[in-house]
Amino acid sequence: MAKIKYIEHNGKEHIVEVQNGLTVMEGAVQNDIPGIDADCGGSMSCATCHVYVKEDWYNKLPKKEMGEDDMLDQAYEPKSNSRLSCQIMVSDDLDGLSVYMPEKQV
Amino acid sequence: MIKTDVVIIGAGPTGLFCAHQLGIIGLKCEIVDNLDKIGGQCIELYPDKPIYDIPAVPECTGEELTNNLIKQIKPFNFNFHLNDRVQELRQENQIWIVKTTNGKEFNTPNVVIAGGVGSFEPRKFPTKSAEKFDGKTVLYSIKDKSIFKDKSVVIFGGGDSALDWAIELSSTSKVSLIHRRDEFRGAPASVQKIKELSEKNKINLFTKYSIKDVKGNGSLEEVEIKSEEGESKTLKADYVLGFFGLIMQLGPIAEWGLNLDKKTIPVNTENFETNKKGIFAIGDICSYPGKLKLILSGFHEGALAARGCFKYARPNEKYRFEFTTASNTIKDRLGVK
Repeated sequence: MAKIKYIEHNGKEHIVEVQNGLTVMEGAVQNDIPGIDADCGGSMSCATCHVYVKEDWYNKLPKKEMGEDDMLDQAYEPKSNSRLSCQIMVSDDLDGLSVYMPEKQV
Repeated sequence: MIKTDVVIIGAGPTGLFCAHQLGIIGLKCEIVDNLDKIGGQCIELYPDKPIYDIPAVPECTGEELTNNLIKQIKPFNFNFHLNDRVQELRQENQIWIVKTTNGKEFNTPNVVIAGGVGSFEPRKFPTKSAEKFDGKTVLYSIKDKSIFKDKSVVIFGGGDSALDWAIELSSTSKVSLIHRRDEFRGAPASVQKIKELSEKNKINLFTKYSIKDVKGNGSLEEVEIKSEEGESKTLKADYVLGFFGLIMQLGPIAEWGLNLDKKTIPVNTENFETNKKGIFAIGDICSYPGKLKLILSGFHEGALAARGCFKYARPNEKYRFEFTTASNTIKDRLGVK
């Protein structure tokens, strides 16, 4: 279980407890948190679950697998701290993680 | 005006198998899809990725699945209307009038929406200022490459479309290629070629840059790009091309008076009809308690929706359930003995 903070582009914060084994994307979708669309349902095919992760946390997360950066190329305003939230698996280590949503997911 | 029993919106696996089921029960259909090829997400998003959960098929790729579904409906000779999108849906005396972007018109008692998460549209630049040039000098696809001759063309993207066009246009235009990182996802041979062209100054290559602004009074004049550190550069541009892949948009479906739940259409699970009589929704776009976004669920939904279409297409006939193994009528329809 990890407490994860989702921060909308307008600054609105949502803190939820997400079970281990779910992805950060699923944590948002299951709790009806706006700002993460996840059109493809988590198959790393759409880049609509794009989030920004602050540097300290970004470096702590397991590294991106092949293909994630290719999809991020297609995200809305990707930056060097961009991730696809469907590729971040929740574990106890992620307790306290904050993710920032982009302005939109198109 | 094309008269038919059913118009299917979406040529993905769900739409294709629904067409098969319509053919089996003796109904005609026309299939419309916004993409230029058949297969929907399977072909556009993951043609080479293996799928492991199609019943009785331990492993197949999106492309293989699509090809088999096309083969399965071949006996029925249904028409596909590709590169076209259903724009308008209007009811007249129990009949739906369906109009497409390319001006086609269908007359049908049934419409099956198998539109996935909507239609695929090019992803556009995030910059507001690009909108006023959209379709004129800011483009997301190329129809006539001769317009770029001797012009300054600024291309954004790191995939095959961006690389291929940068290479192709570099012989006749002044090309700049801008990509947000050092690695490209295009084919290795193309990446190599781009590097060579860049060394020979045939292409201006800017990596770790993205678009900041496009400028011009009336016509496009220049484009400003920025690095993540905030450093910006201005490039002369007659044309700006963006190749960021495709995104799925619900599009006109949202305007047809259907009940919507987020980006999905609620249906009943008896025949997958929506709140509008004769409009069905199947596959990823429909929602109901327990919905699974699996291809196999789409197949099931399509089979039941096809039976739902029967009562409106043949109001004076009673639908009779038959097995393909036993029915001579079905074998005739399939053209097998």
